Amino acid sequence: MEGVERVFEKMVREHQHRIYAVGFALTGNRHDAEEVAQDTFLRAYRALGTYPPDRIRELKQKAWLHRIAVNVVRNRARGAKPRTAELNGSESDLMPGPESRALQRAEMDDLACRLAVLPPRFREAVVLRHVHEMTYAEVAEALDQPVGTVKSNVHRGLKLLRGEHDDRVDD
Amino acid sequence: MTALMTDLKRLGSMKAPDGFAERVLVEVGMADSYARFDTVLGEVYVAWNRFGVSAAARCASVAEFEEMFKREVGRPLLPAPAPADLAAKIEDELSGKRRMRFDLRQLTEFQQAVLRKAYEIPRGEVRPYGWVAKEIRRPDAVRAVGTALANNPIPYFIPCHRVVRTDGHIGNYGGGGPEAKKAILTMEGVRVNRLQELGRGGVRYQGVKTTKIYCYPTCHSGQRALEKNIVWLHDEKSARAAGFRPCKVCRPAAVAS
Repeated sequence: MEGVERVFEKMVREHQHRIYAVGFALTGNRHDAEEVAQDTFLRAYRALGTYPPDRIRELKQKAWLHRIAVNVVRNRARGAKPRTAELNGSESDLMPGPESRALQRAEMDDLACRLAVLPPRFREAVVLRHVHEMTYAEVAEALDQPVGTVKSNVHRGLKLLRGEHDDRVDD
Repeated sequence: MTALMTDLKRLGSMKAPDGFAERVLVEVGMADSYARFDTVLGEVYVAWNRFGVSAAARCASVAEFEEMFKREVGRPLLPAPAPADLAAKIEDELSGKRRMRFDLRQLTEFQQAVLRKAYEIPRGEVRPYGWVAKEIRRPDAVRAVGTALANNPIPYFIPCHRVVRTDGHIGNYGGGGPEAKKAILTMEGVRVNRLQELGRGGVRYQGVKTTKIYCYPTCHSGQRALEKNIVWLHDEKSARAAGFRPCKVCRPAAVAS
């Protein structure tokens, strides 16, 4: 048990920003991002407790955590509709900063909102490939999809983000 | 095209808010929260996690408490608003009305056994160090018992102050020295001066002539005896010789193993 706890603490410290960022890119707002990230790590902790030691040792933590995070977001979407817009800075995590930083922040929020309205399969693919710069193989593993599907979803997702119409979106 | 990619990439460099990792660790019970409480003993810092209360101390500052916690418990620690019912629970525990849950995971089996045993000593009573050692079936480990009690991470809550020397000295106290120990015992209803006098006179037990039972002087089952029926006893042997048997409540004699 000791060993698991040490692995877990290291995992949280190492991947917290990455998983938070996935949550943000997938949900479009900071509040949900933190909930998603927290949920992801809680699930990871529970899972680790049931894994034999060699499975923990060989775990590809990054892909594994991303996969959990994607599932957390999917499950939430099944419940309540995600809030896609965050109202201007009422969130408590708003850091006071120089204006340029606030501007950057607004741009990021805007982009996250645009991502959040993409159909989930495109959004997941684009976020993992381009926000997190995972290879197609890693994305395929995290999403449990064939590489070809991932490539196609990334491509169509980017097209939509650029505002180009995609005729096949509604299939 | 490139701008979009750059923006997407920047989205990936988002940072989790401050304290996020610690909050996750708190959630799974790997880190503790703490707050300061006003209690009958004055201001006390108390740390807790999902298993129960994990540390307590009267400290001059937040930094001192955090330092102490790091040294004695070692888990990450995070200030937090106290759960709504915790202050009342603490008050009840310290006034003997309730039993709380404690988290002693970081301690050895032996240390945990010593503290659990100390927790059995009722409010208003005291027991010798040797009694704790005998009760946990380590009769030779009296010094180690003293050390374990001195390192009690949750003083006041786990009443290590109720373990005293039998020779009239009150014994040391990690929670603020012998004076603090006396003050807390007095607050709990122990007649400390009388106890010390008895100890200095070599008295260890109180026998009651009518029942032929001998107890530790503070045992509640011996408190109802009339003054004229009380005899003061110096050791187990003479008590037995005079026809007394040990009390079954405070168990002054060796526990049969």
